Amino acid sequence: MSSSAMVTANQLIIMAELKLFRTSSSPFVLRVVWALDLKGIQYDNIFEDLSNKSSLLLQYNPIYKKVPVLVHNGKPLLESLVILEYIDEIWKQTPILPEDPSERATARFWAKFGDDKVLPSIWNAFIKQGKDQEEAIVTAQENLGCVERQLTGKKFFNGETIGLVDLAFGWLANLLSVFEEVCGVTLIDHEKFPLLLEWIQNFADAPIIKESWPPRDKLITRYQAFHEVYTSKEAPK
Amino acid sequence: MAEDSVKLLGNWVSPYSLKVKWALKLKGIQYQYVEEDLQNKSPMLLQYNPVYKKIPVLVHDDKPLAESLIILEYIDEVWKQNPLLPIDPYERAKARFWAKFVDDKCVPALMAAFTKKGEEQERAVKEAHENLKILESGLEGKRFFGGETIGFVDIAAGWIGCSVQMTGEIIGINLIDAETMPLLHSWFQDFLEIPLIKECLPPQDKLLEYIKELHTKILTAAST
Repeated sequence: MSSSAMVTANQLIIMAELKLFRTSSSPFVLRVVWALDLKGIQYDNIFEDLSNKSSLLLQYNPIYKKVPVLVHNGKPLLESLVILEYIDEIWKQTPILPEDPSERATARFWAKFGDDKVLPSIWNAFIKQGKDQEEAIVTAQENLGCVERQLTGKKFFNGETIGLVDLAFGWLANLLSVFEEVCGVTLIDHEKFPLLLEWIQNFADAPIIKESWPPRDKLITRYQAFHEVYTSKEAPK
Repeated sequence: MAEDSVKLLGNWVSPYSLKVKWALKLKGIQYQYVEEDLQNKSPMLLQYNPVYKKIPVLVHDDKPLAESLIILEYIDEVWKQNPLLPIDPYERAKARFWAKFVDDKCVPALMAAFTKKGEEQERAVKEAHENLKILESGLEGKRFFGGETIGFVDIAAGWIGCSVQMTGEIIGINLIDAETMPLLHSWFQDFLEIPLIKECLPPQDKLLEYIKELHTKILTAAST
């Protein structure tokens, strides 16, 4: 077998039996979709109805019962950031983490900050009303201030190419304007976050990424529904 | 490696800085330890961790690193002896999963069991038991999460053993039941018997006093 045929054969073996349990637009699912697509990896999509989860999903993820679940050769991988690290370790092309250990630690730090702080604070700003919302917006903007500074002199968080932190913050790129439209409030002051807004545009325009971009009208419908549920529970203060 | 190139900012009661101490000790890394007064944080800490202003912070060649699990991964990548994470990518993913599970699910439930009262406490205790039982399944019948020797998850989770013994005494509830969680229970015992693990533990009597005082303060604050 020629060496290039052997490489292809090896890739086929590694890719064999790769399934992604997913929904169409979950922020956590999209990270995995983008990572696989950036690396040119073939996989089967298994779309889940979260109100009626398949027995296979529940078998693969009995602890959290959530998507995404990536099943590779029958072995389930859970938790999106853990899945991204696994993907990067198995498929070396188009790396999403840098090589240098301190840069890797920095990337992991900001991805975690995004999930631990930014996402909950933006969600809070989206679902609250009145004074609670004002306070939530202040917190969200403080968190985003830290993130904005990370983009100084860079096109993406990872530099010239998309990496872990970009994928981890991808939800912000497709949901921020949706949230703002649905709740009718500017959640981030566009003058205070020029780099972030530019990043959002760069990320949304990036090849591969834009091919798996969730349709905006579907997101509006979906989050409109969420917003109604949350705001009907809470009386404005 | 020269001692002055590695510095750990920590606190004697914090399990998070304890994890880092364990990792450094396991790999035989010399370092300078700086005890931070959390009521009066040093300018150095605030400069090294402006985002969270918390310990632990590991400083290596003047580069600060924060978040204990991220620090553990860094240590493992820079110093290859006595590896914390397994070599196989799937096993590594499982290790990362369990370490995250401990922080996301076990710790909050244990904290709630310690700080709440009445029905809220009962619910928290039940949740803590359930989550610890799930954690036990991650052992997969092995002696340690790392197999025959300790690894990433053991260091990430082992501190819960001491904590649960002490807080259990104070609240009068046995959180690690040797009957319902025999494997987890013996894992904790085995882990805490390891010399390098024991050597890094803070003085247990002092720690118990500290936790008792903390418990009193929390309950007083909750009832005012």
